[in-house]
Amino acid sequence: MNNNRSSWFLRVMLILGLLFLYIPLISLVIYSFNSSQLVTVWGGFSTSWYGRLANNSQILEAAWLSIKLALASAFAAVILGTLSGFALARIKRFKGSTLFAGMVSAPMVMPDVITGLSMLLLIIQVQMFLQNSELLNFMYFDRGFFTIWLGHTTLCLAYVTVVIRSRLMELDQSLEDAAMDLGARPLKIFFVITLPLIAPAIASGFLLAITLSLDDLVITSFLSGPGSSTLPQVIFSKIKLGLDPQMNALATIMIGVIGTCVILLNYFMMKNHVKRDREAAQAMKQASAAEAALKP
Amino acid sequence: MKLAKWKPKKLHLGRGMVYGIPYVWLLLLFLVPFAIVLKISFADQELNIPPYTPLFVNDADIGSLAISLNYYNYVDIFTDFWQTLARIVNPFAENGGGNIYLLTYWSSIKIAFLTTVWCFLLGYPMAYAITRAKAEYRNGLLLLVMLPFWTSFLLRVYAWMGLLGQNGLVNNALMSIGLIDQPLQLFYNSFSLQLVMVYAYLPFMILPIYAQLLKMDHRLLEAASDLGAGPIKAFMTITLPLSKVGIIAGSMMVFIPSVGEYVIPELVGGPSELMIGKVLWQAFFDQNNWPLASAIAVIMVILLVIPMALFHRYETRELEGKRNEQ
Repeated sequence: MNNNRSSWFLRVMLILGLLFLYIPLISLVIYSFNSSQLVTVWGGFSTSWYGRLANNSQILEAAWLSIKLALASAFAAVILGTLSGFALARIKRFKGSTLFAGMVSAPMVMPDVITGLSMLLLIIQVQMFLQNSELLNFMYFDRGFFTIWLGHTTLCLAYVTVVIRSRLMELDQSLEDAAMDLGARPLKIFFVITLPLIAPAIASGFLLAITLSLDDLVITSFLSGPGSSTLPQVIFSKIKLGLDPQMNALATIMIGVIGTCVILLNYFMMKNHVKRDREAAQAMKQASAAEAALKP
Repeated sequence: MKLAKWKPKKLHLGRGMVYGIPYVWLLLLFLVPFAIVLKISFADQELNIPPYTPLFVNDADIGSLAISLNYYNYVDIFTDFWQTLARIVNPFAENGGGNIYLLTYWSSIKIAFLTTVWCFLLGYPMAYAITRAKAEYRNGLLLLVMLPFWTSFLLRVYAWMGLLGQNGLVNNALMSIGLIDQPLQLFYNSFSLQLVMVYAYLPFMILPIYAQLLKMDHRLLEAASDLGAGPIKAFMTITLPLSKVGIIAGSMMVFIPSVGEYVIPELVGGPSELMIGKVLWQAFFDQNNWPLASAIAVIMVILLVIPMALFHRYETRELEGKRNEQ
């Protein structure tokens, strides 16, 4: 069959592509166990860089700040993203819905430098307004956790919305309609029926938001103050100076943690999926058996 | 249909809350900030905090509010455009200045375009291969493609620094097998910039194409082959057109953010690799010229409006397609 030739080509391309994606990561992991001071020269197995990393208070503090930020912004983004995903999938037409849809997806493609710049300029305007106002001049806020959180939430909101909206679009609306016919209130329908059905999308949106927030450098740099450096900011300032074996150890830890999380989540989602399919098949079988029994 | 118990007015309020909260959030934190950028791009630089002149001045002479619009930033950028163009057209003409902005915008677009093309050439076969794999392997393969995307972007860029540097693994390997006897300059140039850009943005190309190809009806290909079309012809006339929407989406997801990319050119590009994100960053942080940075941002957005609109149209169409399938 002439298909074999093309599938051979595709297979080679896939393997080459995966090698391209993984060789850098694998080299990071291997060289994190290198005892040599020189990052690219192998000097024997050692875990000393992990020890150094564990005592590096600058990195630990930054990592802690990044984790707090990621959780806080993922949490906010999931709430806002569920609302806007729901609005776009179910309400569809409302005043200004086109503008709304545009604004929701824009931060996803907008270059980070523009998003960061514009939010910083807003914050400075608000600070100036508060300073000059006679009533509100007791209020003052500085750039730091709160301002970075605003930026990350806005960025993550876009991604979470897309994930949740497409899940809602795929969903069979008849269950919600049935509940409505049975007299359930919209809020109850949402919490009892819709929410459990979109829970996997919410979970993956949450995870996506955490990764985006943990990864962001540019927006953070615009919005952070002198006292707050996130992990990407510390990594950036370190790797700009050149290679540093501690970064290999840090990368290995991050690859390990995130890889485990993603694989576990995928495993549970698959299992859930299989279970749901089996239950559906079971229900169908029972239904057809009942139908057969009813027939004379 | 049964009558619902709740009052329609209450339902209306609930609906309003559903879109109202994220709406207000986005207006305040996305649209208003952008209006401020636009405003400041018409201001002038000032040695003060904030370093730009106010747009509205309380003019004591006429006793009212006056607007002071400064077009200098745009004039500067466009003069530069003009001078650079003139120099390109007539290299012997006498003219000073120029040479930054037009070339920067041009090289950003060129690099973003090449990144998109390379991501497509590499990503399309990968996405296609995953859809052609057995159903039970598909998720695993997709996960394998996505996993690097989930790990820190900066550390992945850093990994390339270890691979491509003077004493990097690639140079070491090539030297030890005797292919070269002096380390190649693989880093801090347009090669490394392009390579790492493709590396970073590849998953953004693969995912939409994969989603689109997965929906394709493979019987169409069988029909084509029954009718005598070879695999290349079948691919060109069936598979490629059917995945158009995915290709457009993937290209936008790669092209638009890469135009404004700051981190990769800063870390792995050479000093001559001009990219607009880097120039904006320098104007803002190094020269403290906020109005100029704002004007650069405004022009960048104007350049990106068409691809963004395309992306938005794709998105709506994609979701409508999903709904129509049911």
